[in-house]
This record gives sequence, structure tokens and C-alpha cells, in this order.
Amino acid sequence: MTYPARIWRERHSRYRLVGVRCKKCGAIYYPPRPVCEKCKSRELEEVELPRRGKIISYTILHNPPVGYRDQAPLVFALVELENGVRVFAPLTDVDPHSVEIGMDVEAVLRRINRKEEYGVIPYALKFRPLIR
Amino acid sequence: MAKIDGKAGIIGWGVYIPKYRIKMDEFVRVWGFEPSVPQSLRMYEKAIAGPDEDTITIGYEAALNALRRAGINPSDIEAVFVGTESKPYAVKPSATVIAEALGITPKTTAVDMEFACRAGSEGIRNSIALVVSGMVKYALAIGADTAQASPGDVLEFTASSGGAAFIIGRGEEASAVFEGVYTYVTDTPDFWRRELSPYPQHGEGFTGEPAYFHHIVNAVKGLMEELGLSPEDFDYAVFHQPNGVFPIRVGKILGIPLEKITPGLVTPWIGNTYNGSALVGLAKVLEEVAKPGDRILLAPFGSGAGSDAYSIIVTDKILEIRDKASTVKEYIERKEYIDYAVYARFRNLIKRIPEA
Repeated sequence: MTYPARIWRERHSRYRLVGVRCKKCGAIYYPPRPVCEKCKSRELEEVELPRRGKIISYTILHNPPVGYRDQAPLVFALVELENGVRVFAPLTDVDPHSVEIGMDVEAVLRRINRKEEYGVIPYALKFRPLIR
Repeated sequence: MAKIDGKAGIIGWGVYIPKYRIKMDEFVRVWGFEPSVPQSLRMYEKAIAGPDEDTITIGYEAALNALRRAGINPSDIEAVFVGTESKPYAVKPSATVIAEALGITPKTTAVDMEFACRAGSEGIRNSIALVVSGMVKYALAIGADTAQASPGDVLEFTASSGGAAFIIGRGEEASAVFEGVYTYVTDTPDFWRRELSPYPQHGEGFTGEPAYFHHIVNAVKGLMEELGLSPEDFDYAVFHQPNGVFPIRVGKILGIPLEKITPGLVTPWIGNTYNGSALVGLAKVLEEVAKPGDRILLAPFGSGAGSDAYSIIVTDKILEIRDKASTVKEYIERKEYIDYAVYARFRNLIKRIPEA
């Protein structure tokens, strides 16, 4: 089940690509984390990340997990955003065979899965090839 | 009739059209229609939402484009209206998801509206009222749908997916201002969908004359009478577009020639996006042909039934903002054709055993 509490708690990072920046050393993390991995500081602030980036690597799932079968084949990519932060996310609106490393992509809001008919709908950012 | 006198206008607009298209031949092939049926509707192809898209994602991207043109801080928007007849939730507002995702929350109101294809326009009327009264600085009105049609129903030729968003604010800042709006509503059962019914039904005899034509003609005539305008005063006219024929025919009845209607005609290529229908057409006119000083007639229609006729005057500011976001033309040209099998999969028309 997709828990409403988790969807609510993660809404800023999932809807708006909000990560955290360490106030002490400046490291940026996505998804947000409570402690800086580099300097161990717990003083981190929310920061909205750039919506555009490049594909660093990707994989194609022909047998995706439960809830994702209507999107098969599903492409997951490691995207390096314009500020260097790396995000692991699904791609959308793309022919899996046309995906290339270095492809320019942008974040768009989409339904993440259809795990169930009656629960809270999980929306989150995916990446797609640039329109302009 | 509301005289607005340019006190409110369009600060930014945006559209979204999914990339998947299906050609009319596919419906003819699968359901055995006479090939002249789509031709008689002047339909070529229509846009289909992908498996991860719905009214919320469509409305969100249209609104994001509107924000890019407006160049305002999202948190200055104090009202969000989502007009749709394909809400992802029966109970839970689509408007709150969109408002949250755009950074508009929490100092705002947000609500979904329902009036068949006219709800998005009602959002614009409400936005104008809130801005003119001084209750809000900016309001966001979205019209978006992933329209349903029973497989094999003639509606399948036209019911499509897409949407448009308009940010309404004070006239001084606007790229186009509202001169007035005239609304004409009656209880006419031309099209409906009952609770828990997956597909709408249409009262055949009611569809054209007593519904679409009667309401649009009366709204437009009422507007012209109250503002002292005649058809020649409008440079462009955008009507609700349930197919490629009705908007041209209603123009003929009103004395508005074809060349003033075609710049805003989109349905033959993307289908009827329901709450987005006339609004995507207006966006196309603003993006491609409208010059400062032009007067545009906008007349959305919703079954059930009602029509709003707006007189809109374009200002100099349009030149600064119209290229700041993806255009209707760009979305229409971004396309990938799918056949009926993939369409059936995307529209969730195929029964499968639920996943464990």
C-alpha cells in the first residue's frame, strides 16, 4: 500500500524537486536527508533544485515491479542536474531505445504507479526529453 | 452581464497536450464505422494521455507554462481553480495537488469546479471577480481533462486529453484585458455522466441545436448587445470545439467569417480536450496571431448547459511574454502515433487480473 503519511511527508521533494543543502559545508542532497554525509552536520535547509539535467546512466525494466506494469518497459535514469546534483528517477514520454547517455532531460510531474485503485495517488517528478 | 472594463486580464497563459496521437482511421478499422463519419466531424487525429498522466499532471504542466509567461512569484497566487470532468479523485481536490506542486500553497484557496466542458471558464469568471474585488492579487484558472468515451461510441472520435491555464490579475499588468463577460445557462440534458458510471452519455437530439448552438449564440449576442459591439469588431473568435465543424457553423450563424476562427481551431488535430477546448484555442491565438489592440471573442460551452462569451483586448505586453514558454504549436508538433491496441492499454480499457 502507498501510505498517505509518506506521500504527505515527501510531497515537497517529490513534487518540486526540493533537496537539502548543508549550512556548514554547502553539500546538496536529493532526496533530502537529516545529516550531512560529508561533515555530519544536522543543520540542513530545503533548496529547490534545477529542473533540467543530463542522463548519466540508465536501465530498462521490461518486468517492472508491482504497480508499474502499465508503464512497461520502464526506463530509470541517473540524471545529473545543472548544479551537479544526481537524481535517480523514472523517464517518461520516451522510446526506451532512443535513450542515450548525455541526453538533455527536464522534470515533469506524473503519476508514479498504479499500485491500487482506492488509495492515495502518488505523484512525483519524472524526467523527459526537452520540449524546447 | 459583467462589464469588466479592462480591470482584470491575463497575466500569463500556458497549455499542455500529451504527445500520443491516434488517427481517426483506427476507430473506423476497429469498430466498423463508415469512413465518412470522422470526415463529417472534420477530425484527423486526437491526443491521448500517457499511462502516467491525468488531469492533475496535465493541469500542472499547463499552469507551469502560465507561470513562466507571467514571471510572478507562485506564492502571490491566492486562488486556484481546476475545471474538469475527469477528476482523478471523486473526493479530494485536484487543485490542492497542483497548488502544492507549483509552490502556491498554503496562503491560497484551491477548489475543483464541475460544469462539463465549461468549468475551466467558470474558473476564469471567478478569478476575474476575485481580482476586480481586490480579494486576491492573482488567481490561477485551469481547464484540463482526460475525456472519457465508451469504446465504439461516436464520442471516441473526439474525446481527448489536454488542458490550458490562465493567470488572472489586474488589467495594468496584463497581456490581454477583459472588456466584459456574458453568461447564458439553462437546464438542458445534452450530455451527462452519472456517479460511478465510467462513460458519459449524450442525448442525441439535444447535442447540437438546443445545447451548443443555442447557448453560445445567446451568450455572444448578449455580450455584443451589452457592450455595443458587432461581429466586425472582433479580430478573432474562439468557440468551444467539440469537433472541427461546430465552431465554424456557430461562426456562420453569428456572422463571423472562417478566417477569424481558424487561427484558434485546434480540435481537428488534438481532439476535444473538453475543459481545455476553447482555452487551448485562445492560447494559440495569443501565441501566433494576436497583435496589441486586437479584440478577441472567446466563447466556451459546457453541456448541461451553458456558455460564457468574453470580449478580450490584447495589450502591448503580449509581445514580451508570448515566447517565454512552450507553445500550442510545439505541443501539437511533438507527437507519437499509437494504434487502438496501445490506446486501449493507455485508456485502461483492457481487463487484467489485479497484481498481487
